[in-house]
Amino acid sequence: MNRIICRKTTRSTMETSGNNILSILMLATWNHHRQRPLRNGAYFFLEAIPYLLLVAFLWTSVSHAAEPKKPGAVTGATRKTKGRRWQAGRNSSVELNVTSSVSAQPNPFTSSVDAAFHTFVDTPLLKQYIELGIRPSRTCPDSVFVRRVFLDLTGSIPTASQVRSFVEERSSGKRTRLIDDLLESDGFNDYFAMLWCDRLRVKSEFPINLWPNAVQAYHRWILTAVRDNKPYDQFVREILTSNGSNFRVPPVNFFRAVQNNDPESLAQATALTFMGCRSDTWLSETQTQMAEFFSDIRYQKTGEWKEEIVYVDLFSMSTDRRPKLLTLPDGTSENVLLHMDARSVFVDWLIHRDNPWFARNAVNRIWHQLFGAGIIQEPDDIRSDNPPVNEELLALLEKEFVESGYDLRHIYRVILSSATYQRSSIPETDTPEAEGLFAHYPLRRLDAETLIDALCSITGTTEQYWSMIPEPFSFMPVENGSVTLADGSITSPFLEKFGRPPRDTGLASERNNEISASQMLHLLNSSHIREKLESLAFDTRSFRQGGPREERRRRDTTNRQSGHSVDDLYYGILSRPPTDEELAAIRDYSQSAEAKGQEVIIDIAWALINSPEFLYKH
Amino acid sequence: MPITRRQFLQAGAGIAALPLLANAKVAPDASAKAVIQLWIWGGPSHLDTFDPKPDAGYDYCGPYTKPIATNVDGIRICQALPKLAEQADKYSIIRSMTHGINGHEGASYCVQTGRMPGGRLVYPSVGSVVSLKHGYDAGYNGLIPPYVVLTKPQGRFSEAGFLGSRYKPFATGGDPAQTPFAVEGIVAKGISARRQVERRELLKRLNLFGRSMPGNVHLESYYESKDKAYDLILGDSAKLFDLSQESEELRERYGKNTFGQACLAARRMVEAGVKYVTINSMGWDTHKKHFEEMRRRLPMMDAGFSTLLDDLSDRGLLESTLVWWGGEFGRTPKISWGAPWNGGRGHHGAAFSMVLAGGGFKGGRVVGATDAKGWEVADRPVYPCDLLGSIYERMGIDPEDMLPNANDPVSIVPAKTDGYPSGGRLKELI
Repeated sequence: MNRIICRKTTRSTMETSGNNILSILMLATWNHHRQRPLRNGAYFFLEAIPYLLLVAFLWTSVSHAAEPKKPGAVTGATRKTKGRRWQAGRNSSVELNVTSSVSAQPNPFTSSVDAAFHTFVDTPLLKQYIELGIRPSRTCPDSVFVRRVFLDLTGSIPTASQVRSFVEERSSGKRTRLIDDLLESDGFNDYFAMLWCDRLRVKSEFPINLWPNAVQAYHRWILTAVRDNKPYDQFVREILTSNGSNFRVPPVNFFRAVQNNDPESLAQATALTFMGCRSDTWLSETQTQMAEFFSDIRYQKTGEWKEEIVYVDLFSMSTDRRPKLLTLPDGTSENVLLHMDARSVFVDWLIHRDNPWFARNAVNRIWHQLFGAGIIQEPDDIRSDNPPVNEELLALLEKEFVESGYDLRHIYRVILSSATYQRSSIPETDTPEAEGLFAHYPLRRLDAETLIDALCSITGTTEQYWSMIPEPFSFMPVENGSVTLADGSITSPFLEKFGRPPRDTGLASERNNEISASQMLHLLNSSHIREKLESLAFDTRSFRQGGPREERRRRDTTNRQSGHSVDDLYYGILSRPPTDEELAAIRDYSQSAEAKGQEVIIDIAWALINSPEFLYKH
Repeated sequence: MPITRRQFLQAGAGIAALPLLANAKVAPDASAKAVIQLWIWGGPSHLDTFDPKPDAGYDYCGPYTKPIATNVDGIRICQALPKLAEQADKYSIIRSMTHGINGHEGASYCVQTGRMPGGRLVYPSVGSVVSLKHGYDAGYNGLIPPYVVLTKPQGRFSEAGFLGSRYKPFATGGDPAQTPFAVEGIVAKGISARRQVERRELLKRLNLFGRSMPGNVHLESYYESKDKAYDLILGDSAKLFDLSQESEELRERYGKNTFGQACLAARRMVEAGVKYVTINSMGWDTHKKHFEEMRRRLPMMDAGFSTLLDDLSDRGLLESTLVWWGGEFGRTPKISWGAPWNGGRGHHGAAFSMVLAGGGFKGGRVVGATDAKGWEVADRPVYPCDLLGSIYERMGIDPEDMLPNANDPVSIVPAKTDGYPSGGRLKELI
């Protein structure tokens, strides 16, 4: 009922005159039938239709008549029906509907119902909370959950219609269904491939120098592996034992995506990426021994421009080559015979179910991505004197991962369904210790790519990325967004300012999501953002419903209105309805401030995108 | 000061474990605290500015046959620069600059970095090196970045190179001759001061989320960053770019054009502590209609440059501010009268002029000389690495110091062993 009322207040004049024509036709039909009786059978229904339409028309008119039509008139009814509409200046009639579509909650960030539940993943942490006297936060409400999960799984904010349909759904298990849907979406594939590319240093220019063609092949291979849910152990095996051309066997680019390609550096890269270790802190003997596994790798250029073959030279005539006993990082040794690729010996050890680093690193990275901090923090600094904050939890996830057949999506599902993930960000126990133990959801600024994509989808604008080398494009298709950028070298001043990783080292700390004054200056006052906001206000007809990439292609028109409502702005930007307090502030602003008409809309949108609620994951 | 790994990596240049440069050696006499670079984009003709050759004939000097005396005995400059002639005691002319590159990009790169283009590395320009050594990493904490370009950056050939985007210049955009001077991100065109204040209030009122989490440490840094940004938007720093705060008379002396007002803006920035300001003066690439353009441009350049020197000197800033005038190369001494040039000059990298003022350099001198017609260097060649080395020394940066680089550390200025020709640093001007 509330929604209908909202829509009515913005009915256009076209519709009103349509109603008039319809009523005339009704009367004409009725008049015609007064003189002739209704026929029987099938014709009855045909002839009854005009009467049914007449009844329907009268019904809607009656409820419409209950609406205040005079500008400025405010009924004394409940807060649900309060509404106002006015014409603004000489610009085309700007209708700003300052109402809320739902009865406002005092605090939209905590659940009114304490939906207490826990899964097996939560048990280790709950035990720790009891020991330390920490009270974990309550479960977050639906509007917070939908935004959080969209951001964490697809790197994009949900559209207003996605938020509304999720929040209004009354069936149980909807959160699980949302998680499942998002894990199967293209948005997840793109976002997860991007995170992999950050870690694998997929960058065409200095200092990685992969070259654009190889970057595209590598990215596509990674994306396909993500889409097909390739088991993680198979994924790593394919990478570490690959031989071939950088264009045609994309995983070999792992051995090229390093600043130096001597065996020590390759071993360091392998340890960092797949063991989560900074091997330069190891004993130098251990480092040298691990480097031996990579000492047979050779690089050979071909006649094709920038092609390079990476291979292990098993047939080398060098007299240095002999069967050897190589020592693995955990101290055990393996024989590597002449016909064997030492890397595959290493990989067999690495992906073994009892390997203490492999699965641990993988689940810890996922936890780090979802919570901003790993169970072991930093996530690429796993060592004996850096213990996990909860050993039992990590071991549990590790076991779950191995037993699922190294299914990364399964771990996502398990963590996202847990109570720990679904906690509100408002702390019950407000101490750093509680935050370090995930007693409440930690605040983190949005990633650079996510932020710019969100700003573009909210305002219906795009960013143009381009590449000096046209492989595959000089100008990236604008509808793709920034999350799909394969190459770390293709960037923009915005992305650099907001801390997109340069992909030079593959360290997790390369992504710098700390807020800074120059970032705030850009958001508050730059011409870049100002132009986007102006686009939002002036181009009301294409108030595009952005969101995940597949949504953009199916332009959702059910919520498109001929004007802007504050409700729409809130749902589109903050994924929730405005509260009464906020509506009052906006009414005051529109009445007393200098800004008028379109400028009010711009300023409201400006205030929302500069608020911490938008800029942070919460 | 110990730097954490996080801070180090945030420098964003993929650096291997090298000692951080805030502790770099500082050469003994650091007289210059700031640099204003007047970059004459396109290459100014040396014959028609600071190296006149009246005896070479009409084919060489065109209408500029009578160079004028300056207030320093024995130095003559083009007759179109009378105001600069009165300031000759403040600056010194290097007439024997040379690098031999005749393409814009290569020559720009060479003059701005001291190195030849085409190697494995893209080197940083002077401004970026100054930003590295005297900027945020060395304790600079102004909200206006230490390296500013008025008003558009030149791009790849004059920027941070392998140092990374942290050391890129801040391009102001806008036009200093217009009111308001719409500096990007600081002065928002079309948004009045009242609206800025009012919507800031709206932002506060709508911050329901922040109010539900008082004292949160993440939000504290958000508030801090926001307040600092507002210092620039509404505070005194915004007034830095409001040129109407200067007297009308002074603004007229600088010249009410983009170049002149940019010189004024540069002076104000240097007063506020900005370390390196580049004024990109475009349009000097006069292949055609050379003298028409010169008739238009030389007076503007004359007024702006001379007033800048005068103004800095009046305020006692000339000792600590290095002013550096020049472009990527000179222009061919012999005029191309035929079609399609119809009186134009081409590129000439074999010999050209640069002017240095302030920052501890002596004024009123001439370094080097070209031959009778201005084709080649006749005496005391000065290569870009020599010039840049001298500038770095004046700024207290050791030119032999290393730049952080993932592969091999490289010195700021090419070392003798790098095989670069060198005429030696500008000892004559110290």
